[in-house]
Parts: sequence; structure tokens; C-alpha cells
Amino acid sequence: MSVLTNLKRKMFSEQATPYMLLLPAVIMILIVVLVPLLFSLWTSFTPYKLTRPDTIWKFVGLRNYQRIFSDWDFWVAFGRTVFFLAVVINLEFMLGLGIALLINKITWGQRTMRTIMMFPMMFSPILVGFQFKFIFNDNVGILNNALQGLGITEQAIPWLVDGWLAMGAIAFAEIWMSTSIFAILLLAGLFAMPKDPLEAAQVDGCNAWQTFRHITLPFLMPFAYIAMTIRSLDVARAYDVVDTMTGGGPAARTELLWTLIARTGYDSANMGMANAMAYVSILLSIAFTYYFFSKLVAARRYMGGAQ
Amino acid sequence: MSTQTKAIISWIVTFIVMLIITLPGLWVILSGFRPLQEILAKPAIWIPERLTLDNFMNIFGLGDNQIGIPVLAYFRNSIIVSVTSTAIAIIVGISGGYAFARYRFKFKDTLFLGLMLSRTVPGIALSLPVFILWARLGWIDTHFGLILVYVALNVPFTIWLIDGFFRQIPKELGEAAEVDGCTRWQAFWKIEFPLAKSGIASAGIFAFLTSWNEFALASNLTRSTNSKTLPVGLTDFIAQFTTDWAGMSAMAFIIIVPALILTFLVQKHLIAGLTFGGVKG
Repeated sequence: MSVLTNLKRKMFSEQATPYMLLLPAVIMILIVVLVPLLFSLWTSFTPYKLTRPDTIWKFVGLRNYQRIFSDWDFWVAFGRTVFFLAVVINLEFMLGLGIALLINKITWGQRTMRTIMMFPMMFSPILVGFQFKFIFNDNVGILNNALQGLGITEQAIPWLVDGWLAMGAIAFAEIWMSTSIFAILLLAGLFAMPKDPLEAAQVDGCNAWQTFRHITLPFLMPFAYIAMTIRSLDVARAYDVVDTMTGGGPAARTELLWTLIARTGYDSANMGMANAMAYVSILLSIAFTYYFFSKLVAARRYMGGAQ
Repeated sequence: MSTQTKAIISWIVTFIVMLIITLPGLWVILSGFRPLQEILAKPAIWIPERLTLDNFMNIFGLGDNQIGIPVLAYFRNSIIVSVTSTAIAIIVGISGGYAFARYRFKFKDTLFLGLMLSRTVPGIALSLPVFILWARLGWIDTHFGLILVYVALNVPFTIWLIDGFFRQIPKELGEAAEVDGCTRWQAFWKIEFPLAKSGIASAGIFAFLTSWNEFALASNLTRSTNSKTLPVGLTDFIAQFTTDWAGMSAMAFIIIVPALILTFLVQKHLIAGLTFGGVKG
């Protein structure tokens, strides 16, 4: 009994409170993320197939990793994913910056604009995929209908059939979905910006570009990095979009790392191999997040006063 | 260039940008209310000639065309899973967010980083082991299995947002209440919680939207009408038919409406939350 009361006293002591408060969160993450990830780490060292459950006990070391690293298809998908993310995130930043500057200039209807800007954020990625599958459809899509109606092309353009066009269409969908995060945060940055340095720069004879380049942009960068950090947390949402729009096709020409994982794991039931790939994709996500987060910390320090 | 022409140009550019942002979504919503023949017509009919609710009647099984997709069951599953997981994520999030905002303790930064990193794991990568484990535990195709996953998915972000909102409330308020004889719990419940309420609500809506819209995990952890959610159900239209565009658009409308209303309600808090959490770190 005294042990129990002792334990009770410890649990409710002031020092233990934060740990007790965090316990539910930690347990949740443990059950749903940490334990499964340890399990998938193990399976990535086995030739585990869903169809042959006993293969889970066969340890083959790094064979899955060796095989995927010497697999050309994997590297193509990997390179395409990194390239895709780099292009898409940069474009989102630039477009978001443009939109934020534009709305910042407008004095009338600013609030309405900001609300409209949030419109794509409400769309589930699966809906975005469906929506652009519909719009880019070579037969019934409005894009081809519009182009043909205006007489720009005779033939229907096979948007989602040609490899490069399909990749472009997917990038468009991605950018449509996520630019608003950048626009909203950069606009918040513009609102928070002190007016004095701008006026001082004007007095000192800076032109508009110089003022933007040396005063506005450095001030906005932390906000851009917040957007990029948030964005990098769910880069893998692109899976939903690609899966609906092309399913990785035609002939794997829009295959990203994530669709490749799904195909290997669920369609081919090759779980060991898929888990090895999944680990590569997890490291990629962590690398992206870490990169932007360290940039954010550096920019914050540069701003100094933000604390 | 005079200031007036500049203003006009920026108005035109803004107008075009807003058009690109809104048009694709509005086109899908509009298509949900149009008969299939009109959607598929060549050359395209741009101005709708006839608006109808037939597509909605059909997908709910009330119309003349019986399509075998149990949208009503999907809708029910979506509501149950999203509401329950949000409620739990909020309670867990308040408790965790309060700990980060108000206490100093060992491993604080490590714990925070760990929580955030758990969120970076791509859904599809997480789905593989969860699928195998849940299959062994018999949690595949149950509400419980999906709710558990969504709570864990939402907790890191909820903690981040709620932590930010609690930190905006001066510590002294709670301390003053304690001096006046409140317990710590009373100080929290009577003083700090009411002040953070709107922020917590927006964190809740954010969590709800994540659950409501999630696809990568749900598509692998659900099998049948027992637990399939709306986003997973949407792909039924592609699988079973040569894409029923009208039905899909109607279903898209059903998915988007709750999200639309909720996001409009919290947009102000959402922006504040994201900015505060990030800049003041």
C-alpha cells in the first residue's frame, strides 16, 4: 500500500505533471507511428510477402536495400520525386509571393481576396486529383473543350496520356492546391512589417526593386520558411493527387516514390521490399523538413527581434 | 505609367489569379448539378441549360438510376471517424500543448522534435506496417482502427497550434488565480482555457479537416461499407464504371461543403495560429 501511495505522490508531484500531461500523446504516437515503424524496419530486412506470411521470420540483411539501390526504376522514381518537389515548391513560393504582394497593394476587397485565396486549402488532395483529372481529360475535359472551341488546336491534346504533359498537369494540380499556404503566410508577413525601414530606404534613395530585395524580402523569408516547413510536412500528399490523376502511368512515366511504394507493397504484395523503399521516402521527408526548419531557425536568428 | 493605369493593371491581374484559384473547383461543383449528357456534350455547353438534383438523388439511391455505391454509409463513416478522432486529438492536444507552453522539463525539446518528426512520415509509408499490424489485431475495416491512426496523425499539429495559443496568454493570469486560492486545475479551467478557447476550436477544425480529407491511409485500412470514408468512396466511381463524372462531381460537392463551411469559420484563427507558432517558436 505504501508503495502505491508513494507512486501516486510521485505521479502527481509538480515535476511529473508535464510528463503526465504528455503521456497520452506519447502513447498514441508510440502505438500508431513508432511501433509500426520499428516493425517495418524489421520487415525491410526480410523477404516478407503478404501471400506467404512465414517469410517474415527470414532475415536477409540488407538484400532489399541492395536490390532497390541497383534498381533503375527506383532511381528514376526517386529522382523524379526530388525534381518534382524542388520545382513545385519553388514555383509555389514565387507565385505565393506574387499573390501576397498583389493583395497587399489592393486596399478595397482585401479581406474577400484573402478568403478566396483559402479556397484550395479546403480541398482534399483526392478531390484536387479528381478535379484536375476531370479538367485535363482529353475527351470531356473543359481545357481541351476550351482550346478546341477557340480554335487553338484541332486535335484533342492527350494531357494525361503523354508522359511530360501528365507530369505538368500533376505539377499544376499540386501548385493549385498548395500555393495559398505561401500566399497567406507571406501576406501575414507583409501585414506585420514595420513601415519605418521602408521609409528610411526611400529617403536614402533606394528604388522599388532595391527596397524589395534588401528590406522586404529578408523580412519575409522567415514567413516563407514557415510555409515551406508546413508544406514539407505533407509533401507526400502528392500521392493522393497522382494516384487519382494517372495512377503513376502511363507506363510509369509519372511514377513518384510514393506510388511505387504502394504498387510494390499492395499490388505485388511484396511488403519487405516496399518497406525498404518506404524507409527511403521517410528519410527524404525528414531531410526536406529538417532543411527548411533549420533555414527557419537561421532566418529567425537573423531577424533577431522576433522573440 | 500613371498610378491609375497601374491600379487597373493590378486589378486585372488579381482578377485573373482569383479566376484560376476558384474556377476549377466551381466547375466541379457546378457539374454536380448538371445532367450527364450536358457534361459530356461536344462541343461543350458552357452556360448550363438545365440544373438538376438528379445526380444527388442517384448517389443516395433515391433516383431512377440505381448506382451501387453506398454513399450514405460512407458519409456516416466519415462523420463518425472524423468527429471522434478530432475530439480525442483535441483533448490529447490541450494536455500536451499546455505542458509545452507552461512547464520546463527535461527532454522538452527532444520530445517536441520527436512529435513533429512523427508527422513527417508519409501516409503511404506508414500505411504498410500499420496495415500488417492492424490485420493481425483485427482492426482493419473498423472505425476504431482508423480513429486511432487519425488521432496520432493529428496530435502533433494540434499540440503545436494549442501550444502557440496558450503561450499568448500571460502566465501571470493563472498565477494570480493560484495566489487567490485556486488550484492549478481551477486556474487552468476557469482562466486559461476560456481564453484559449477560440484557438483550440480552430485547432479542432484543422484536425477535423485532416481526418475528413485523408486518403492514403484510409484507402488501405478500409475494405467495405463498415468503415470506408468519403474520399475512399470517391474512387469507387472510377473502379466500377467508366468514370461516372456526374456522380463523382455530386459526391465531390458533398465532401467539400463541410470543409468549406468550417474553413471559413476559422480562417482568422488559422492564420494567426500558423504565424504565431512559427515565428515566435
